[in-house]
Amino acid sequence: MAGSAAQRHPLFAPLVILGGLIFGFGLAYSHMARPEVVLDFLQFEDFGLVFVMFGGAAVTGVTYFLAPRLLGRAVLSGDDFERRLKPFDRNVLVGGAIFGVGWGLSGICPGAAYASVGIGNVTILWAIAGMFIGAYAQGVFRSRSPSDEAAPTSAD
Amino acid sequence: MLSDLITVALAADLVAATSAVDLAPASIASDPFPNGISRYAVGGLLVGLGTAVIYLGTGISAGASTFLESTLSYVSGESRFQRYVASRDWRLLFTGSIVLGAAVYAVTIQGGAWTTDVHPWRLLVGGIFVGVGTRVGKGCTSGHGVCGVGSASKTSIVGVVTFLLVAIVTAQLVAAAGVTP
Repeated sequence: MAGSAAQRHPLFAPLVILGGLIFGFGLAYSHMARPEVVLDFLQFEDFGLVFVMFGGAAVTGVTYFLAPRLLGRAVLSGDDFERRLKPFDRNVLVGGAIFGVGWGLSGICPGAAYASVGIGNVTILWAIAGMFIGAYAQGVFRSRSPSDEAAPTSAD
Repeated sequence: MLSDLITVALAADLVAATSAVDLAPASIASDPFPNGISRYAVGGLLVGLGTAVIYLGTGISAGASTFLESTLSYVSGESRFQRYVASRDWRLLFTGSIVLGAAVYAVTIQGGAWTTDVHPWRLLVGGIFVGVGTRVGKGCTSGHGVCGVGSASKTSIVGVVTFLLVAIVTAQLVAAAGVTP
């Protein structure tokens, strides 16, 4: 991965900024940065969110399919194109359910929360503070119980 | 231990889900898209495009939630956070750009700031659950929902179905309890 800063292409940072700008503008444009709109979806009052998620997944799906065939390797880094695959284990279910409780309670998820700051929603800082508290708590806990990471059941 | 507690909480949630269906049948609006679909579809395509731009250049599937742990590595030496040291700088840049991109929308289309009426306690408590869940569950709505589903990853599809169902039940229960917004 293009992880370490040493061998990064000079355009790496500008590209991340460009991608983030489009990503954030899209989240704001889709109204996902407004918790009320997400809650309206979860309460079956406006099903628009389906188009956001599948619209996004459609673009990445086409990209993930075509990029390795047309380009071979990543343009800047030269890295292999790989699909986003993660090993399945019980954590996916447990974590997904915990995430669902939080998403259903607040109407906000990480990317949308960052975008929400951008649209001037200072109140969302409560949610971002909560996310850091939650991420910190699980990180401290899991740093001390390495067995948590063990034994993925299949490689997706 | 913790995972057992979570399993119990999960079971309780499922029981609650079953009874919620009996008590409060969800009122499905007559128009499923009262605000049209273009804002959602266009927004979603842009979210995908932002991800695609980074992927084409770097091969990285950029999700939003790893930022939480990678940024914590600046202030905590825990091994869970330190594993993200190599990517923490560009993740900070990515998140800052998300904020900026949304600000461009606010200035050009929204016409000024917008603030939510959802209670701060819902945001804070919900945020804590989101922060735990997204890291334990290996992804959020962008990592699993956009990148993972786009990869046809079975793990991500299971993750998305799980958090969608639980979120629907939770939001319906909160609404049925009279909490608005």
